[in-house]
Amino acid sequence: MTVAGPAAGSAEQTATTSPPPALKRNKIKTGEGRLAFLLVAPTVILLALVVGYPIVKGIYQSFQSDPGLDPNTGFFSSASHWVGLTNYKHWLLERCAKTGGGTGKCPAGTLGSQFWPSIWVTIFFTIVTVTIETVIGMCFALVMHRAFKGRGLVRAAILVPWAIPTAVTSKLWIVIFDPQGILNKVLHKHILWTSSQWPARFAIVIADVWKTTPFIALLILAGLQGISADLYESARVDGANAWQRFTRITLPLVKPALAVAVIFRTLDVLRMYDLPWILTGGANGTTTVSILVVKQLNSTLLNTASALSTITFIIIFAIALGMVRLFNANIIGAQAKGAK
Amino acid sequence: MTTATVSTPRASTAERTAAREPFRWGKVGTGVVIGLVIVWCFLPFYWMVVLAFRNNANTFDTTPFFTHVTLKNFSYAFDTSINSFGRSLVNSLIIGGVVTLVAMLVGVFAGYAMARLAFRGKGLVLAAILGASMFPGVAILTPIFQLFTSFGWLGTYQGLILPQISFSLPLAVYTLTSFFADMPWELEQAARVDGATPGQAFRLVIFPLAAPALFTTAILVFLASWNEYLLSSVLSIGKTSVAPSTVSIASFTAGPHIVPYTQTMAAGLVVTVPLVIVVLLFQRRIVSGLTAGGVKG
Repeated sequence: MTVAGPAAGSAEQTATTSPPPALKRNKIKTGEGRLAFLLVAPTVILLALVVGYPIVKGIYQSFQSDPGLDPNTGFFSSASHWVGLTNYKHWLLERCAKTGGGTGKCPAGTLGSQFWPSIWVTIFFTIVTVTIETVIGMCFALVMHRAFKGRGLVRAAILVPWAIPTAVTSKLWIVIFDPQGILNKVLHKHILWTSSQWPARFAIVIADVWKTTPFIALLILAGLQGISADLYESARVDGANAWQRFTRITLPLVKPALAVAVIFRTLDVLRMYDLPWILTGGANGTTTVSILVVKQLNSTLLNTASALSTITFIIIFAIALGMVRLFNANIIGAQAKGAK
Repeated sequence: MTTATVSTPRASTAERTAAREPFRWGKVGTGVVIGLVIVWCFLPFYWMVVLAFRNNANTFDTTPFFTHVTLKNFSYAFDTSINSFGRSLVNSLIIGGVVTLVAMLVGVFAGYAMARLAFRGKGLVLAAILGASMFPGVAILTPIFQLFTSFGWLGTYQGLILPQISFSLPLAVYTLTSFFADMPWELEQAARVDGATPGQAFRLVIFPLAAPALFTTAILVFLASWNEYLLSSVLSIGKTSVAPSTVSIASFTAGPHIVPYTQTMAAGLVVTVPLVIVVLLFQRRIVSGLTAGGVKG
């Protein structure tokens, strides 16, 4: 009896602690939800603090005036007040405060007059570098996918440009692009790479393409490795040539990986700062939007800078959203085609 | 007879190779492009190494191999009377270390929840985290500059560390999420069946399994922090006592009438070589970490 007692007790316990399976499942789920909330909360709170709050605060500040001459009274005022869209008009319409009161077109050379040029040059950098990187990166990836020997070596080599800090590569390219530097000597030319407009722009394109093409190749290669070799085999049996196999199998199937690579790179170039700033200081028509924001920050007119930050944020956000939708639509379209 | 029997299998192997490689020049072409990729990646880096060890007077020599070898550039780079480069390395380590620690400590829980647990609003959280990682630095730079001016945080460690959470934490979370999603989660289920709570299953089963993933993610986060320039250059407001190495190298000087190219390359090499070594040692893991986030996106 004394032995049977605890055994009976434990049997009773198991009976009470194991409810019907459906109920148990439900119970675990609510527990899971609470646990998930606890696990995710620190990340969400921290991001709200370092990203969310500054952005909201920046939007608020962008509608406030900067300390300066009040256009209405003509006196200096250090208190900021609500000015509506004035700061946005300053950038988008190039309206600057005039000394005699009122506003007029920003004179050449001021930061206000550089907004649209900086937008265009940033878009120029984005389109040119991302296109070149994607095309060359695709070639690299296709070749690496075929190679069996030396794939490890190539993969290691590819990480070298990626790992070097951009600040260091920028300095390295300054040395290479020096008027007396190695590039001009190899080309037997005397190009003022970093101090004339188009050479400076292409110097930035070259340096950026060097650094990030291998990275794109790596992302595309990962996509290629997910494609079954059987597909190529059966296409070959059906008489598809190399070009047809590339356009009908490789491209559609590598598209998701390619889309992610292109979107990430586009966003990266749109906010490019280190490379053009260190390479050219933003001179000779190479001021990107990010450089303009920092220049405005250094001019201490911070609420005007907030407006520029907000504009930049909206532009990049819109482009990101547009690209995601565009690529999604295409991916879905390709799948629908394949299903037929 | 014997020659015929020998030649038959030979012909079939030749046929098989021909089927796999339809073009004879294909293999040669592949080799050439592979060589090209390696040259592409290493050539500018190689030039940096050559110049770092070259006498400053011979900066513009075009000899493509090591000539006028000297170590002066390195002692110059660390000369505290000219540059605070040595200090900046310590600053980079402090900033990168704290940023990595915070991002990992906070991110590992979120990554686990995103990969393993079903909960309401998961898609929204994922979108928010991915969205945060795509924010342009300049979008938060101006308001943060204003805030830190009023806090007196410009040119302080916390002023440099906190903003870096904005990109390092999303990076940690989405890399960890894709790593965790690939792990054998039947083991966790087994632990749960054996009576472990979700917390115990995480601590005792998943955590040891996840160690390599954690390590790789930590490397990626540390690299991102070590390479950051925009936020640090503005928020350090020229204070060399807290500025990281990227800021120090970007403003490297050598006094009047000297083009400090070789010295800058030496400093650049000091910053880069540890990274290159780490990256080459862990290349397989790093590539899987980079592409895991990318391919599944």
